[in-house]
Amino acid sequence: MDIKVNGKTHNLVVDNDMPLLWVLRDELNIKGPKYGCGIAMCGACTVHIGKIAVRSCTFPVGQVYDDITTIEGLGTPSAMHIVQRAWVEHQVAQCGYCQPGQIMSAVALLTKNTSPTDSDIDNAMSGNLCRCGTYPKIRAAIKTAAINIIQEKHTMSLIGTSAEGDSNG
Amino acid sequence: MGKLKTFTRRSFLIGSTAIAGGVAFGYYQYKQPQDNPLLKFPKLNQSIITPYIKIDQQGVTIITPRAEMGQGIHTTLAALVAEELDLSWETIRVEHGPASSTYHNAAVLEEGLPFAPTNNGLMANSIRKLTKIPAKFLGMQITGGSSSIVDAYEKMRLAGATARAVLIEAAAQILKVDKTTLFTYQGHVVSSSGEKISYSELAPTAQKITPPTDIQLKRKEDWKLLGKSLPRIDMVAKCTGTAEFSIDVNADDLLYATVKMNPNLGAKLIAYDDSNAVSMTGVKQVINLNNKGVAVIASNTWYALQAAKNISFTWDNAPYPASTDEMFEVVKNSFTEEYIDSTLKQEGDVDSAITNIDESFETIIKGEYKVPYLAHTTMEPLNATVLIEQNKIQIWAGNQNPTQIVKEAEKITGLTPNNIIVHTTYMGGGFGRRAEMDFIKYAIEIAQHTKGKPIKVTWSREEDTTHDYYRPLALAKFKGVSTNHTIKALDLQLACPSVLTSQMGRMDIPLAGPDVSIVQAAWEQPYNIEHYQVRGYKVPEMLPISSWRSVGASQNGFFHESVIDELAHSSGIDPLTCRLNLINHHPSKKVIEAVAQMANWHTKRPKNIGLGIAFTLSFGVPVAEIVEVENTPNGIKILNVYAAVDVGIALDPRNIEAQVMSGIIFGLSAAMMGEITVKDGKVEQTNFHQYDAIRMNQTPNIQVKVLENGEKIRGIGEPGTPPAAPALGNAIFAATGKRIRELPFNKSINFV
Ligand code: FES
Ligand code: FES
Repeated sequence: MDIKVNGKTHNLVVDNDMPLLWVLRDELNIKGPKYGCGIAMCGACTVHIGKIAVRSCTFPVGQVYDDITTIEGLGTPSAMHIVQRAWVEHQVAQCGYCQPGQIMSAVALLTKNTSPTDSDIDNAMSGNLCRCGTYPKIRAAIKTAAINIIQEKHTMSLIGTSAEGDSNG
Repeated sequence: MGKLKTFTRRSFLIGSTAIAGGVAFGYYQYKQPQDNPLLKFPKLNQSIITPYIKIDQQGVTIITPRAEMGQGIHTTLAALVAEELDLSWETIRVEHGPASSTYHNAAVLEEGLPFAPTNNGLMANSIRKLTKIPAKFLGMQITGGSSSIVDAYEKMRLAGATARAVLIEAAAQILKVDKTTLFTYQGHVVSSSGEKISYSELAPTAQKITPPTDIQLKRKEDWKLLGKSLPRIDMVAKCTGTAEFSIDVNADDLLYATVKMNPNLGAKLIAYDDSNAVSMTGVKQVINLNNKGVAVIASNTWYALQAAKNISFTWDNAPYPASTDEMFEVVKNSFTEEYIDSTLKQEGDVDSAITNIDESFETIIKGEYKVPYLAHTTMEPLNATVLIEQNKIQIWAGNQNPTQIVKEAEKITGLTPNNIIVHTTYMGGGFGRRAEMDFIKYAIEIAQHTKGKPIKVTWSREEDTTHDYYRPLALAKFKGVSTNHTIKALDLQLACPSVLTSQMGRMDIPLAGPDVSIVQAAWEQPYNIEHYQVRGYKVPEMLPISSWRSVGASQNGFFHESVIDELAHSSGIDPLTCRLNLINHHPSKKVIEAVAQMANWHTKRPKNIGLGIAFTLSFGVPVAEIVEVENTPNGIKILNVYAAVDVGIALDPRNIEAQVMSGIIFGLSAAMMGEITVKDGKVEQTNFHQYDAIRMNQTPNIQVKVLENGEKIRGIGEPGTPPAAPALGNAIFAATGKRIRELPFNKSINFV
């Protein structure tokens, strides 16, 4: 079976029902998505299939229907995604373990909705647990990222390019 | 040294004459310089001036030998060194460094002393100094007790200043100038004529210089990094998925495993049938782990987890009562003479104040409070990776006590400490759980079956939740007398199994004397109540227990501050004013005043809005919190939380605020919904669907204010937690008139 992760195609020999999380982590050594609960209750394993945020711990690899993006495909320390930059600006992370999942959920939200209200944020983010309690900073970072995305789109349109590349990684 | 070790091991008696006896005996050795563990692995052209600083051609690396579990400790420890060494923040690299008793934590034992943190008498302070001596001999490189900063504040600045002096001396030799004409700037020594030499260039010369002993530290007014909010060293890595937790460790030929241990905690495995499991895809081996459980080794963690579900077991029963109800019976029956552990607070005469009341203006209130067992549920499930080769073992683990790992590895493998290498990674939460050794010991035992190949052992979330060392259950009984606008008497009796006995027992260190954690955050509160008694009862151990963020303060803060609130209301006084009237300790008064202002405490709210205040002094930090709730038709909504804390000296204000926020959310989560129960000897909650915590939708607005009136510098990882539960309970009372004396609150009331 072939799957495409962060732009790269991988050939796999695993059980079809192995959750995507364990394919990424233990077969492909892509360690950004984390194991937290294995039952879609914590969001630590969140990745994108296409543009949709999914809990990879319960998503069988055999059912993957589109390209996969993980936190590693979003941005890198020297070229961070706009949402990651907002996270750093607000110094969101504490232990950091939940943050790849939080960021992937936030990016999926902001892709659909560039000006989320507090209740939009509640709806999109409440599946992501953070035992360190970084929620107030996550909320603030999402709002900052939303403003920055709109501003960047505006700047890009003035100079005649699209901001798509940045907001989608 | 052999004799000395026996002495300190045998009589680990906190705050008693046994320690005083040990001083004369041990003082000389205590004063001896420590080994520098970095010298064990020297590299060419690398200068190691102190155990905290390595300088090579790439620059300066600071050793930050405490567990980074989210509290930002690597950043603040690095700042202590960087400040004195004049490094620019952007160039700093940090490493946790090796396991070594050189990095022992001398401050961690302080909270266990029978002296209130507000007591700065000669006796209290000298005993405090003495606890540093057993800490050194025990050599515990432990992260806990909100003590890292207290321990490091002077040590790590001195390390930076010493290195700076050596580098200046090196530059003076190279430039052949008087060292007093030289200064340092952003990683360089600079001469009066403007010549600049980088620390890296100076490293080879510096290596040969003996560090001076007459070191001056910078004045606080001259600080450039300390006292400022710095960008965390680990932030970019943690926001880009590149931070390495132990669960992320990779190696060639890595094998994966999981464990399934007896859910009747501590009991044996009688028999198991793995015939279905061994033939499953990817499974390599099922091994019996010392008749305590089994490990499944596979080519992928998921294959191991699946196979573990397909093994059938016959387990022996646990030695403790089989259900939570029966366990609470044991606690209830412990309020007797026989189980008295301490009576550290005894003012006036509570008994006569309670028996002889004048009913015309005095009221007696009596009651019982109750809290359940709690799990740590760190976000990263327990895991460790181990490689045993020839005569050497390497262990990768997020852990709060690396020197203890060396001891455990020595016991299991028979290897000498020199051949035991511990790599302490970032950890996805600790909260006390990662000071325990079980998950590391199992990984070592499993690796003995896979010699030459590294193996990563990951617990399922279910295994993690059902095999914790829990925050103990506890009961409190109180009697109080309220009188005209004040509290005249309070008798608080606290019964709980001993965390310290359970923990130290696992490390083979017997505990003599009382366990102060049973009465922590109750006996030493700075209230001047005329008749005031706090007594602790040591309940026999049932489930294995351990430190859980803020330890005894996590339950006693709730007990003490709910009771104070009840008595204040009954005396007809505003509960915040009542506290201010009864507290004399200046920094404590100030946090209450500050939080009152933040919340506009005295501004009237609509009837369905309630404000609750709680004050707890724990780990030396006075913290006042006000919770504001709304009583909606569907339940209680937490709107706002205000907190004021006093850490003495605030090294990184933004990080302190973040820790307090985190502590509040941790405390609120437990208060609202945290409960571990036992049925048929097994813990019933297995995963986040049954043991949840606050999510984004229930998170209130939180404001934190950091004050600096305290007498000395304090750590802040834990003190934010204890007042959260009572402040919420007191707010619920204010909004609904309902006084809830049992946690979690969601057993009695809904939350929205
Ligand atoms: S690990 Fe997937 S939701 Fe928790
Ligand atoms: S930052 Fe630790 S769990 Fe979210």
